[in-house]
Amino acid sequence: MVKVTIDDVQIEVEEGTSILNAARSVGGEIVPPAMCYYSKLPGTGGKCRTCLVEVAQGSEKDPRPMPKLVASCSTNVMDGMVVKNKTSERVQQNRGGVVEFLLINHPLDCPICDQAGECHLQDLGFEHGGAKTRYEEDRRTFDPIDIGNKIKLHMNRCILCYRCVHVANQLTESRVHGVLHRGEHAEISTYIENAIENDFSGNMIDVCPVGALTDKTFRFKSRVWFLKPMEASCECTKCSGKAVVWMFGNEIYRVTARKDKYGEVEDQDGKTGWICNDCRFDKKDVSKWNVEGPRKIDRHSVISQGHYLSPRSGAQKTIK
Amino acid sequence: MGRRILLENDHVPGIETIDVYRKHGGYRSVEKALKKMSPEQVVEEVQKSGLRGRGGAGFPTGMKWSFLAKPEGVPRYLLCNADESEPGTFKDRYLMEKIPHLLIEGMIVSSYALGANQSYIYIRGEYMWILDILEKAIAEAKAAGFLGKNILGSGYDLELGVAPGGGAYICGEETALIESLEGKRGNPRMKPPFPAVKGLWGCPTVVNNVESIAAVVPIVNDGGEEYAKIGIGKSTGTKLISASGNLVRPGVYEIDMGISVEEFIYGDDYCRGIAYNKKMKACVPGGSSVPILPAHLVTKTAAGEDRLMTYESLADGGFASGSMLGSGGFIVFDEDQCIVRNTWNFARFYAHESCGQCSPCREGTGWMEKVLYRLEHGTGNLHDIDLLAEINKKIEGNTICPLGDAAAWPVAAAIRHFREEFEWHVTNREEAQRKNYGLLKESVA
Repeated sequence: MVKVTIDDVQIEVEEGTSILNAARSVGGEIVPPAMCYYSKLPGTGGKCRTCLVEVAQGSEKDPRPMPKLVASCSTNVMDGMVVKNKTSERVQQNRGGVVEFLLINHPLDCPICDQAGECHLQDLGFEHGGAKTRYEEDRRTFDPIDIGNKIKLHMNRCILCYRCVHVANQLTESRVHGVLHRGEHAEISTYIENAIENDFSGNMIDVCPVGALTDKTFRFKSRVWFLKPMEASCECTKCSGKAVVWMFGNEIYRVTARKDKYGEVEDQDGKTGWICNDCRFDKKDVSKWNVEGPRKIDRHSVISQGHYLSPRSGAQKTIK
Repeated sequence: MGRRILLENDHVPGIETIDVYRKHGGYRSVEKALKKMSPEQVVEEVQKSGLRGRGGAGFPTGMKWSFLAKPEGVPRYLLCNADESEPGTFKDRYLMEKIPHLLIEGMIVSSYALGANQSYIYIRGEYMWILDILEKAIAEAKAAGFLGKNILGSGYDLELGVAPGGGAYICGEETALIESLEGKRGNPRMKPPFPAVKGLWGCPTVVNNVESIAAVVPIVNDGGEEYAKIGIGKSTGTKLISASGNLVRPGVYEIDMGISVEEFIYGDDYCRGIAYNKKMKACVPGGSSVPILPAHLVTKTAAGEDRLMTYESLADGGFASGSMLGSGGFIVFDEDQCIVRNTWNFARFYAHESCGQCSPCREGTGWMEKVLYRLEHGTGNLHDIDLLAEINKKIEGNTICPLGDAAAWPVAAAIRHFREEFEWHVTNREEAQRKNYGLLKESVA
């Protein structure tokens, strides 16, 4: 076990833990945001640079600070390390810079984007983004493409986190390329479409932090905050059958995996709870599901608006 | 003419064949190292020589070699980085084209020192004709018994391969080079783990520049201490400089570390001054990624001392008034050249070559290129100059690999030293468009 201090909170974690996971073990404000790192997908992380933190003291043995900000998702803790996240002005400034970079070519089409309300880039932009863009040029554009008959890729919204590429890596041996071209012109490629004839391809939608990959059976049907997420299960031979069904009245609008507060799919029965395409796309009839009860949603989330507050709660009273 | 150690025989006809090369003392170091020295002794000689990596970063080669992990039963690899793509740098090309056997000799000795039984030369995709030259030379060396099983009866085996890249600048970054060699997309890896622990196929790997590996040959032949006598302080030995730009005599020069910059630009043995008797305006001393220096800081440091061709002297004054030796791509601009246009040109290169993996570099390099395009083409605004400086700060140090820094530094330095020129481009749009900066106008061509 090693001791590490993150934003004045001292904790003990296993050796070999990343700074990000150490912070997540405490939770709350000190957790850096992560757009590309996904703990369930080996090899992810380090790319988006939103999780940059300052290491004010390298370790007990070598107390020198690290000269550059480091990516907390791919830097392991050392004994006696002192990390600054919220308390570092430099981190906040540079994170703001990264968010600006992520947004300059983003279409900001939240009003028509299915991800709105559960989008990590929205949250990030809300917290760190500028009120006005300084980008005067034309944004880069791509045509939307189909990945299989159930998934739509809007490359315009993509932030190239590579998460879906890693999902493809887990699902198939035959991935040729996940990303085409270089630099600004890089795009998630149609090779994924050709490579994935797989019952679990829908999970690419769940890992996407933005609205680049959307569910064609749900597109434009409803805003997520008008729906009630309910925990439900079904008998499935392919997956755990444990999912969240998003309901409007007695109708199921969409099915997703059960995700934790960091947007990552939760473990079910000791395994990552990916759900199969049958459960996700085809079981839209409520009789096929055993609805267990409402899903707990963070009360700050727009999705919780108006659904879970009892009439006597404070929030409701102030709104009137 | 200065001392020539690496390029001693570059003018000899037929030096690219093994017979002529051996007549001029070639492959002596292989015989010496494999018959009389242990691998540790070779590493020790390189450490004594003070040789620093010639690819740009200037990290001591001997130290890099000593970091190589040596677990039992795991192969080790030596990779030669011949992916020379930095604008302004063409020294490795000259060396490989003229004296391919020098590189192969260096590879054999270095592989022996590191205990590598399989080594690769990763060559830039645009250098396809050099690939043929190297493959021919490797076949000759193999026929002469310098490669293959049981070299010179020493019991040491080595296979040497040449692998061409696809022509991406990013593949000159050592971990991207390894990815590319493994047949993947050339994206740099996260460090740590460093290649010395986990490199090619997950095995310990050393990646060295062509010139560094070639320099091992004279070090083994004459001894590390003898090599360390050349040069000043921590900058030892000779360095190949690719001089280009508005010079009377541009080209590849081998210099002793420690000659003055003034002598290099104006000396009769070297570049012989600025072409057409014009004045020097600026100089990029180490390839496109290092900060540009205005004329008054090229030959003298900010403190008024003579600037020398060494790692330390060129970096004197930090980024405020200094630069870097880098890979030795020495580019000189005369008084008629446009710094804005040149900065845009560099920025365009980095925007094109960014791999697109991490966000600050992917978005930032493209953004800088677009803003500089506007400034150069007469549609920029004064606040764009400050915007550029800010974008720079947000890229620098926040990326996975040094390409982000390499893209940010030249722009930052150009604004630092030539801000008036950027402002002049905004305030005198039409004149800036009309002025012929010593370049052939597109309309004329």
